[in-house]
Amino acid sequence: MSRSLEDALRRSGPRNEADELAPGFIDRAERGRLVDVAYSTVDSPLGPLVVAATAKGLVCVHYGDDSDVLEELATKISPRVLHVPGRLDTVRRELDEYFDGKRKRFAFKIDWRLMGPFQQKVLKATKAIPFGKVATYRDVATKAGAPRGSRAAGNALGANPMPIVVPCHRVIRTGGGLGGYTGGLHRKEFLLQLEGAEMSRRR
Amino acid sequence: MARRSIDVVPPFQEFFDEHATGVHRFLASSLPPHDAEDCFQETFISALRAYPKLRDGSNLRSWVFTIAARKVVDSHRQRGKHGAASDAVPEGAVPPPEVGEPELWESVRALPPQQRAAIVLRYVNDLRYREIAAVLGCSEAAARQSAKAGLDRLKEVWR
Repeated sequence: MSRSLEDALRRSGPRNEADELAPGFIDRAERGRLVDVAYSTVDSPLGPLVVAATAKGLVCVHYGDDSDVLEELATKISPRVLHVPGRLDTVRRELDEYFDGKRKRFAFKIDWRLMGPFQQKVLKATKAIPFGKVATYRDVATKAGAPRGSRAAGNALGANPMPIVVPCHRVIRTGGGLGGYTGGLHRKEFLLQLEGAEMSRRR
Repeated sequence: MARRSIDVVPPFQEFFDEHATGVHRFLASSLPPHDAEDCFQETFISALRAYPKLRDGSNLRSWVFTIAARKVVDSHRQRGKHGAASDAVPEGAVPPPEVGEPELWESVRALPPQQRAAIVLRYVNDLRYREIAAVLGCSEAAARQSAKAGLDRLKEVWR
């Protein structure tokens, strides 16, 4: 009999799931400015993307919907990482427009903090490559102040914390070869095709 | 990717998803719906404030229930001061929780606070007595005793 009482306690009683309880709490956390990293998931033709922002702007775009990226953000920025889709509305809208072919540059702010000084130079040079154009690894290395640093520039691009938005897909080999892409070469090809990039000699 | 070591705190969302339901069940079995809702939010807001300073992520469950238990005490104190607050659920709040055995839970709510807390933490939230002792700020023996006393009382009404 006592067994069934304990069981009844376990099984009955007040119960709300976390996703029902979250909205009220998130509202309060937002009003108190206690969310250091807000994230959301965006659907794209390249699969789901995790996007994350700090108070300064977009800080990360990640291919896939796994939680590893959240742990990385928690470690590198702050563990106050919360799912606040509203904070990413502008980012989501602009990404949708981009994938619909209706947007050529992103207007939202960017937080560059996940990048080291050299990587920041490389990725800022990359951000300046216009929609539909390509540049070589040597070009961006030169713009970053390291004309001989093609390989280092390649590494910096390979560790780009916000692909698509910082268009590392627009950086190709000097001979016209695609080079590499962390998200997979099929994604690089897709993005270049989407933009109608003209490439003199491809592979 | 390597599994993070146990003493690093996970992203807050993960922590919230893991403990929200349990903490809410604890609060809702101790307080009227409106107060439970309020204490729930305050518990997690307090946790969120303190979170970046936490260096040890190995005992987050005891930690969050300790905060919640403190909020319950505060809430009872407030009620004592200002008289009974309205039990009405405010507009836009989470709908009243599902109660499967209304009479049983009526009896749970009628238990002395320490017994009620021990019962709920032990049987609803499945905490160990060592954790319950930490949450309630008493000895392990006292936690065990409170749970037993509470259970004995409930047995009188439970068929």
